[in-house]
Amino acid sequence: MPLTETQRVLTAKAAPLNDFTRALRRLHLDGPLLGGLLLICGFGLVVLYSAVGENMRLWLNQVVRLGVALVAMLVAAQISPEFLRRWTPWAYLGGLVLLALVLVTGEVGQGARRWLDLGIRFQPSEIMKLAVPMMAAWYLHDRPIPPRFSQIMIIALIIVAPTVLIARQPDLGTALLIAASGIIVIILAGLSIRLMLALAVLSVPGAYVLWNFMQDYQKQRVLTLLDADSDPLGAGYNIIQSKIAIGSGGLFGKGWTNGSQAQLEFLPERDTDFIFAVMGEELGLLGVLSLLALYMFVVARGLYIAIQAHSSYARLLAGSISLTFFVYVFVNTAMVTGLVPVVGIPLPLVSFGGTSMVTLMAGFGILMSIHTHRKLLPQ
Amino acid sequence: MDLLSPIKDRYSERRIFIGRVVLTSVFATVLLGLVIARLVQLQVFDYEHFAERSLGNRIRIEAVPPIRGLVFDRQGRVLAENLPAYQLELIPEQVPDLDATLQRLAALELINASDIPRLKDLSQSGPRFKPVALNLRLDDEQIATFAIQRPRFSGVDFRPRLVRHYPQGEYIAHAVGYVGALSTSDLEKLDPSRYAGTTQTGKTGIENSYESLLHGYSGYRHIVTNARGRRVPAESRDLKETLPTDEQPTPGDNLYLSIDLDLQALATRKLAGRRGAVVAMDPWSGEVLALVSAPSFDPNLFAVGMSQSQFQALQQDTDLPLFNRAVRGTYPPGSTIKPMLALAALETGATNLERRTVCYGVFMLPNTTHRYRDWKPEGHGEVDVHDAIAQSCDVYFYEISNEIGIDRMHDYLSRFGLGATTGLDVVGERPGLVPSKEWKRRAFRNPADQRWFQGETVIASIGQGYMLATPLQLATATAALATRGVRYEPRIVAAWENPLTGERTLASPVRLDDVELENDSNWDTVIGAMNSVMQGSRGTARAVGTGAPYRMAGKSGTAQVFSVAQDEEYDEEEIEERLKDHALFIAFAPVDNPKIAVAVIVENGSSGSGVAAPIAKAVMDKYLGYDDAAD
Repeated sequence: MPLTETQRVLTAKAAPLNDFTRALRRLHLDGPLLGGLLLICGFGLVVLYSAVGENMRLWLNQVVRLGVALVAMLVAAQISPEFLRRWTPWAYLGGLVLLALVLVTGEVGQGARRWLDLGIRFQPSEIMKLAVPMMAAWYLHDRPIPPRFSQIMIIALIIVAPTVLIARQPDLGTALLIAASGIIVIILAGLSIRLMLALAVLSVPGAYVLWNFMQDYQKQRVLTLLDADSDPLGAGYNIIQSKIAIGSGGLFGKGWTNGSQAQLEFLPERDTDFIFAVMGEELGLLGVLSLLALYMFVVARGLYIAIQAHSSYARLLAGSISLTFFVYVFVNTAMVTGLVPVVGIPLPLVSFGGTSMVTLMAGFGILMSIHTHRKLLPQ
Repeated sequence: MDLLSPIKDRYSERRIFIGRVVLTSVFATVLLGLVIARLVQLQVFDYEHFAERSLGNRIRIEAVPPIRGLVFDRQGRVLAENLPAYQLELIPEQVPDLDATLQRLAALELINASDIPRLKDLSQSGPRFKPVALNLRLDDEQIATFAIQRPRFSGVDFRPRLVRHYPQGEYIAHAVGYVGALSTSDLEKLDPSRYAGTTQTGKTGIENSYESLLHGYSGYRHIVTNARGRRVPAESRDLKETLPTDEQPTPGDNLYLSIDLDLQALATRKLAGRRGAVVAMDPWSGEVLALVSAPSFDPNLFAVGMSQSQFQALQQDTDLPLFNRAVRGTYPPGSTIKPMLALAALETGATNLERRTVCYGVFMLPNTTHRYRDWKPEGHGEVDVHDAIAQSCDVYFYEISNEIGIDRMHDYLSRFGLGATTGLDVVGERPGLVPSKEWKRRAFRNPADQRWFQGETVIASIGQGYMLATPLQLATATAALATRGVRYEPRIVAAWENPLTGERTLASPVRLDDVELENDSNWDTVIGAMNSVMQGSRGTARAVGTGAPYRMAGKSGTAQVFSVAQDEEYDEEEIEERLKDHALFIAFAPVDNPKIAVAVIVENGSSGSGVAAPIAKAVMDKYLGYDDAAD
C-alpha cells in the first residue's frame, strides 16, 4: 500500500540522523553550505600558494586567517536570528559612529583613511557590510511588503548614510558593495518592477553626477577599461597583463605554479585582486569554471536558506548576504577579465588578506543560524 | 506593534520573496554567463594570441658576442689572442651599503681608491639589477684575495670573460694596433646588430683596418626574464615550453701577417731608448716584414682598460709613444733620395756616366752669392755619379739639380711612390710631400710665395726643403730600387683563415705601375753605387757593410731638424738633443736577388750611416739568416 503524502513526510523526518549531521545541528552549522565554503577555501589556498610565489610564511598566514574567519562563522551561527534582529539598530548606529570616527581620527594607509585602532585595528566599513542589509531587513521586518514608496525612501537613507561616509574615506569599491547589499534587500522585498526600470533610466544622469564626484584615479580606471591598449604601460597595464595571463592559460592552464605571467611578476596584485587571473593562467578554463561552480553552489544554497527562512527579517537578510556574495564574485571576475573597471575588490575567500574574509564568514554564520534556528515544520 | 498598519500576509510575502529570488537569480545567471562567455573568449578563441603575448612578455633575446679572430705572425706565432680574465662586478640592488662596500674593496686593493667616485656614479645610474664592472681584470693574487672575502661582499662577484691579449706587447703595438672600449661614435659607424653584445672594437693598426674580418658576427640566445627584466634561470622555474632556437655567433677570421716577430723584436730592441721607425718589406711581393715605431707602448693597457693617469702619461709623453712614426711620421728624406735623383738625371740627360765634378765642399748658383754647403766641409774632390752616390756628395747633386728641374724630380720621385700614400692595409698613413712648381702655386696664397726658386731646387736635390716622406714610403721606394722598377703595394696581412673550417685565403700581392727606364743599365749604375755605399772602399756606410757575407745596397741620409715645438719645455741638454739631425738609412739585400728592403729613421740620430745603417744591417742579417755574428 502506497504511503500517503503525510506518512511519507513523517517517515522522512523520522529517518535517524547520523552522528555527523547531529553534531552539525548542535553547532548550528549547515552541512551543504559549510561543505561548499570549505571547498572554495581549500581551492583558494592551493591557488594562493602559487600566487604568493610559494612563500610558506605568507601562505600559513592566510591559513591562520581562515581559521579566525571560521571561528567568526561558528560564533555568528550561534546567535539566534531573533536576537540578531533585536540588536540590529544598535549595530547599525554603532557602525555609523565608528565610520564618522574613522573620517576624523582614522589611520591613513595608501592614500585612504580606512582603519580604526580601538585596541584592535579594524575597518568599520566591514561592520557595515553586514549592518546595512540587517538594518534594511529590520526596518521591513514588521512592515507589509512590497514596501511603499515612503518606506523605500527611508531605506534609501539607511543605505546612503554609510555609503557616503565610506566613499569619503575613499573606498569606492566597498561603498558600492554596501549600497548593493542594501538595494538587494529592497529588490527582494518586492520593489515594483516599474520603479526598478525607472531607477535604471534615472541612473544615466546619476552616473554623470557620480562621474563628477569621482577622484581622478577612479575616472582613470573607467577610461582604462574602455581602451586599455591606449596606455599599455600605464593604467592599462594591469588589465592587459591580466588578460594575457588568463588567455594564455587556455583550456587546461600552464600547470600549478607554472604560470609565467604570475610567477615572473608580470601580473600585478597577483595574490590579491588579480588572483583569479593566476588561476586562469595556471589551471585554465576548467579550473576557473570549477571555482565559479562552487561559488554558484554556495549562492544557491544561501538563496535556498532564504526561501526556507521563517521570518521576513531572516529571509531578506539571508537573501541579501547570498546575493551580495555573488556581486563580490561577479565584480572581481568581471574586473579581472576586463569587463568592468578596476575596482579594488578581492576575490572572496581566495584573495590574500583577512579582514573581508572574517566578515564574509560571519555572514555565512548568520545564514547558518537562520537555517538552523528554524522551528521545524509547524506541527 | 502598530495596530493600524496593514496586516502582514505571511504567505503572499513568501510568494513575493520567492518571485524576487527567481528574478535576481535569472539576472545573476545572465551576469555569470557574461563572465563565462568572456573567459571562453579569452581562453579558447583568443588563446593563441594571448599565449604568444605571454611568451613575448618573458622571453628576451640576448646577444652573444663572437670570438674575435686571432692574429699570427708569418711563422704562426701568436700576436693577438683572447684570454679568459676574471672581472669584478657589482650588482647595485644587492649591495646593502655601496660606499662601505667600495671602501672595503679598495682597502683590499681589489679596486683603485681613486676610481671610487666614478664607480659609485656608475652603480647609481642604470638599472639596479645590471652588473657594473669594478675591475676588468683581476690578477691571480686579487682572485685569491676575493675568493676568501667573497662571503663578506654581498652583491659583488667575479665573472670570467674573454679579454684581448697581446703576448708580444710593445713589439707589435704599432703594427697590430689594439682594441678598446666600443664608443658611441664607433657604434654610429658599425652595424649595430652585428655588434650587439660586443664591448670592444679595433682602434688602430690591423685591429682597426681588419675589424670586419676579425670581429665575426654576433649570435643570440633566448633568456627568460621577469617583469623587471631580470634574468630567471629557465630550468629553476620549470617553465614548460621550449625556448626558440638560439643562433650561435660566427667567430671572426684569424689573420696571418707577413710581419716577422723576430725582425719586429730585433728592430724594437735596436731602437730602444730612441725615437724612430723601421720598416722592412719583401720587395717582390710588398709583404711588410717589420713595421716598428719607437718608443712603443703596451697595447694590453688599452684592451684591459687603464686608469686615467696611465692614459694621460701615455698621451703627454713628449716622446709620443702612441704616434705611429712608421706610417704617420713625415721626415725630410735627406740623401736617401739621391739614388732616385741619379736615375732621373741619367734618364733625362742631366748627367751621364762620364760627367765629373770637382767638389770643394761648397756650391753657388750662377750670379748669386748664397753658398750651399756639402755635408763634408773639405769636399769630396773629383766625383762622378757613382762616387756622388757612394760618398753622398751634395755638390754633385746641387750642380745637376737645376738641369733636372724640380718638376722632373717630382715626376721621378712620384714614380717611386713618394708624395702619396702607399696603400698599406693600416689606416692613418700620411702622404708626405714631393714639391713641384704646380704644388707651390697651390700651396701658398701670397703670389710672392707661389714662385718656385732655383735655390729651392738645389736643396730639394738632397731631400731637404719642402720634401717629406714617411719611413714606409722610403721602404717602398727602396723596394722599387731593389726590383729595378717592379712595385707592389705594401701589405701586412698575408692570409686569413676561417676558424671553423680552417679554410685559408691568401692575400694576393697588388702590383703597381713599374718604374720604367729608357736605359736599363742606369739601374746597374745606381744599384752598383748603392752597393758601394755599404761595401765600397769609400762608401759612407762601409763600416757597416764591409766584410758581410752577402752583397747589400744602401743609402744614408741626414735630415735637418727645423723646429722644436714652441710650447714644449726642454732643458738645455734636451734642446740640444732634439736639434740634432735625423739619421736615415735605406737598404736592400742581397743585391743580385733582393729579398728584403729596409728603411730606418732615428730621430736626432745625427748620422745616417753611423746610427741608422747598423740597424738596417742587423734587420737584413736577421732576415737573411746571417744574424749569429751580427746580433
